[in-house]
Amino acid sequence: MKAIGMTLRAELVGAGGVVERNFYLTKRYIWWDLAWFFWTVANTLTIVFIAQGIESTGGQIDVNEVATSLLIGAVVWAYLGVLFEFLMETVAWERWEGTIEYTFMAPLSRAMHLAGQGVFAISYGLLRAVFLFTVCALFFDLSMPDANFLGAFIVLAIASISFIGIGVMTSVLPLISPEKGTQLGFVAQGTLLVVSGVYYPVDVLPGWMQFIAKFSPATYALEGARSAIMDGAPLSALWSDIWPLLIIGAVSIPLGLWVFSRGELYAKRHGKLKRSG
Amino acid sequence: MIDISEAVMEAAPAHKGAAVEVHQLRKEFRRKDSRKRGEKRGERRSRVALDGVSFTMEKGETVAILGQNGSGKSTLVRLLSTLLLPDGGYARLLGHDVVEEPRAVRRLVNRVSVEASFFKKMSAAENLGYAARYYGMTSKDTRDEIPAILGRVGFPPDRRDEPMEALSRGMQQKVALARALLTSPVVLLLDEPTTGLDPRSKLEVQEFIREIRETHDSTILLCTHDLTEAEGLAERVGILDRGRLLALVPADDLKQRYGAETLEEAFFAATGREFAAEEDEDDDDREVFA
Repeated sequence: MKAIGMTLRAELVGAGGVVERNFYLTKRYIWWDLAWFFWTVANTLTIVFIAQGIESTGGQIDVNEVATSLLIGAVVWAYLGVLFEFLMETVAWERWEGTIEYTFMAPLSRAMHLAGQGVFAISYGLLRAVFLFTVCALFFDLSMPDANFLGAFIVLAIASISFIGIGVMTSVLPLISPEKGTQLGFVAQGTLLVVSGVYYPVDVLPGWMQFIAKFSPATYALEGARSAIMDGAPLSALWSDIWPLLIIGAVSIPLGLWVFSRGELYAKRHGKLKRSG
Repeated sequence: MIDISEAVMEAAPAHKGAAVEVHQLRKEFRRKDSRKRGEKRGERRSRVALDGVSFTMEKGETVAILGQNGSGKSTLVRLLSTLLLPDGGYARLLGHDVVEEPRAVRRLVNRVSVEASFFKKMSAAENLGYAARYYGMTSKDTRDEIPAILGRVGFPPDRRDEPMEALSRGMQQKVALARALLTSPVVLLLDEPTTGLDPRSKLEVQEFIREIRETHDSTILLCTHDLTEAEGLAERVGILDRGRLLALVPADDLKQRYGAETLEEAFFAATGREFAAEEDEDDDDREVFA
């Protein structure tokens, strides 16, 4: 029993080490991160302006409602981007710095290694998403009198578990292809969002895409966030979006770890951990 | 060239209680590569990086493996540190198989490679700190330990918080040694730790390895192509050539066996090639693969 406790403690300390390392790196690259945040704000504004553009060209829409809906989509897209980026860096950045072999030969379990990466990604991503939403909402002076921001935050946090599971699956790609693996991760991110109604209702998609949308955690994250912010739905009313997220999370995390372990085995069999690839 | 592979095999029985036990270890790399004359499109070429390597190391022993680039030294180190899976044979550290019990092996081993691999924007103290966490050491554990170990490798205290990119290669390699020692490894794998260092840094690193030998009970496997380093630091010297371990005996025995005055001459007699000779095309391939 004591041995199990010691092992668990060492694992948690190890996962904390991953968080610590990412904190140091974020601190060192903070000005680059701010520049990147500025780009994300500009990109989000471009999307939200579409609502005003429709009205100015004669479209009959509720600009405030459409703009809020687009803003939520853009913020979720940016949030997912940050999560996937951090997880892709599990391999890609370490390979570039040459530290990957030291990380992979440490006695930290891969699950806790990736958990540490995920915890930092979620914390940083959520903080960034809150800032992005606030800045853009203020810019457009959007009115959200009934918004349940806490509910939206909770939905996004729960969805993050599923996102991490999927992100872990894609993070193995740079192990298999050091040159193109990272780009393929962004393909996964884009595919996930296109079927999930990122800037439009899922109903407008072809039938087969609507079917795939049922298995995408982003569908429920977007629906839940929009219900909470735009309709002021209480947490109890968000349950219909939360339970599918819990189920997808329960499947995607072990599946992600299994996929990663297969990728790691492949890399070790073919010598792909080596920096030169 | 004298074939002494049988003698090597005789010298490598399965020792109970050995720190490192390697038996018939084999690793082959297969990669799709540019075509050579006569090869079909998409054909995969394979190169044997390690070919039935066997040896044992006693606890506390220092063994040097000599070999040219592409001889399989780094492949051996990677196999012992669970970064590669062997295609045949086995390797055990304190009885733990590197394939069957990788986590047990990882607790015992650490490594210093030719490239001092760090997050370059982070300081020496930060790099050591997060790396120690992976081995279960808390910030309380490392608060005093990191300055102490950096002091032991001769790292100036006032540069502890400078980013690694501001440090010289020699200084970075000292931090790499400190990182490896911080986790108190039972087996320390040194893969060309002094390659590319200026003479002064090289001597300092070698001196520190000598100190580890004398003050720790670590078992040290030193892979190098520096003959003087091998002779000066190791109790036994092995010759790894094109994936085959041709000998593993004390340096004096090696010279005696080949009637050589120097290790360089012994290496030449064992492999039939000059130590620093230009490699043929096959060796170029081997270096890429291994």
